Amino acid sequence: MSATSSASYLLSLKGVSKAFGANQALSGVDFEVGAGEVVALVGDNGAGKSTLVKAIAGVQLCDQGEFHFKGKPVRISSPQDATALGIATVYQDLALCDNLDVVANLYLGREVFATGAARGAFLIDETTMEQNSLKLLQALAVTTIQDVRVHVGSLSGGQRQAVAIARSLLGEPSVVLLDEPTAALGVSQTEQVLALIGTLRDRGLGVVVISHNLENVFAVADRIVVLRLGKRSATFDVRGVSREDVVAAITGAEFGLKPGSPKEAS
Amino acid sequence: MSADDAPETSTGGVGGMIRELGRKLAQGEAGPLLVLLMVAVIWTFFQFQNDRFLSAGNLTNLMLQQAAVATISIGVVLILLLGEIDLSVGAVSGLCASVMAVLVVNQGVSPVLAVVAALVLGATIGLFNGFMITRFRIPSFVVTLAGSLTWVGVQLLVLGQTGTINLGDNFITQLTTTFFSPLIGWIVAVLAIVLTVAVAVLGRSHRQKTGLPVEPARSLLVRTGVIGAAFIAVVLVANQDRGLPLVVCIVFALALAFAYLTEHTRFGRHVFAIGGNAEAARRAGIKIDHVRILVFTLGSTLAAAGGVLGASRLMAVNQSSGSSDLLLMAIAGPVIAGTSLFGGRGTVWSAILGAVVIGSIANGMNLLAFASSVKFIVTGAVLIAAVTIESVTRMRRRGTQVT
Repeated sequence: MSATSSASYLLSLKGVSKAFGANQALSGVDFEVGAGEVVALVGDNGAGKSTLVKAIAGVQLCDQGEFHFKGKPVRISSPQDATALGIATVYQDLALCDNLDVVANLYLGREVFATGAARGAFLIDETTMEQNSLKLLQALAVTTIQDVRVHVGSLSGGQRQAVAIARSLLGEPSVVLLDEPTAALGVSQTEQVLALIGTLRDRGLGVVVISHNLENVFAVADRIVVLRLGKRSATFDVRGVSREDVVAAITGAEFGLKPGSPKEAS
Repeated sequence: MSADDAPETSTGGVGGMIRELGRKLAQGEAGPLLVLLMVAVIWTFFQFQNDRFLSAGNLTNLMLQQAAVATISIGVVLILLLGEIDLSVGAVSGLCASVMAVLVVNQGVSPVLAVVAALVLGATIGLFNGFMITRFRIPSFVVTLAGSLTWVGVQLLVLGQTGTINLGDNFITQLTTTFFSPLIGWIVAVLAIVLTVAVAVLGRSHRQKTGLPVEPARSLLVRTGVIGAAFIAVVLVANQDRGLPLVVCIVFALALAFAYLTEHTRFGRHVFAIGGNAEAARRAGIKIDHVRILVFTLGSTLAAAGGVLGASRLMAVNQSSGSSDLLLMAIAGPVIAGTSLFGGRGTVWSAILGAVVIGSIANGMNLLAFASSVKFIVTGAVLIAAVTIESVTRMRRRGTQVT
């Protein structure tokens, strides 16, 4: 377990429970993410990962649980609440408009108006938006997108993921939730996205990554939180754990009983 | 994989231009170029069949004939950009024109006021359509198809026994019977060219100042050159006949206003976004139902405006105003000129270009005295061809995304 006290976490949840009818999706789950930290949220299908993330994103309210953001108790009852606090979510389907260019997608719903006389004509300030887009992508070390005026539909999966992540950062959040950011990506594109997640951490953001891919989790995460059957079954520091231990926690196999596990044998 | 490589920014020179053109073709953005080619082919064909086709008189007639359709098409473009359809624009144009005529001729209302009333009626119908579509989640084609029938009925009711109302000579008919003197025509052309060049040059230098990549000077020159040549050609042709028609200026001004609205304002951006991915737009905090209602309102208002221009051209309103192939023409035009039927892609200018293409085919076939049967078949075939081309580009675009 991490030694950090709960007060220093950016976001901490205590005793979160959520039931769908008779199905207890989450029961008494604690979760926390600190600044400059990548926390991987792993678990089998139905373990409650999505429910937990939806609760944090304000998409779905939980039945019980305390939320603390930067040490203060908060309530997140809508996506707007989450955004206002500084929690951004990048969903698996990315929600990009393929027919618009990178700039328009980054600024969708928060277009910058021109100032002066042009303001009265509702003119969009394209140059400012384009400059800021280039700056943002540069700051994130996204080198694969040179032309921010190409339509997003013509970008590769990795580039699209980068656009979606960059867009979530425009609101200057302090916590970013990424839902399966590397699913359906090729090897080199996965590398790019993992590098981008590293950049987010270096910028001092708290990053929560949901992933099925343990290889990626080990490549990018600092801590691994395992959910199993709606409960937090284990937490690992990524440096002191083997893949077998994580798999055991996900599947529910008991520690030390796995024959031939090198970690346990030593 | 090459998909991982970032697309190169155009770097000027011929190579850059060709690359840019290739990219635009692949993304289905080279529509205007293809349409100009199409117009050239159509015009050459009909000119060879009948050398009166490209005469100043016939081309001016073409402009006058297509003013109403082009105006309705501007509204259709807005609705197509949303990924919706409005099948009632023909009926709405007929009803609004009928109400206007009844107000002027039977009720003695001033023509200007009657035109305003027609536009307000159009807006109200659009508001109703938008409300039904967003509030009750009824597909737009159902609401507007049912509406279409209803409005035709109301039109017959409004027109009453006689069925035809002659407008006489007033503000309304003068909309399409007013022609400018050659001098004023040239002044308009020069102003339009100056405006085009100023916007292009100022925009480019602004980008240059802020250090952003700019369009190669040569392609800018070609683009403004083509537009400028088009202005000059229109005035040159019109001046040989009766002069630049007022209605051409009206339609052009409408297109300019709505092109600005769609391409340079937040509202327009949101229209494109909803047409591209409504769920993404909703998640980005866009009030998509408000945008939809507003677009349907604008679409029907423009349909009413088209109805007014149609009545002006005919100098009368009758039971078949707004019916026949008007609806099909108004929707086919923009689609032929590159506006997607599937939402999110297109420009207001496709309304004008499409009206020219469709109008040229109809005008040419009339000139050659084709039978109605042939005219319907040819127009239908052109529409199918246009939609197929659009669909193929769309599939290719999808293809580039996957690999």
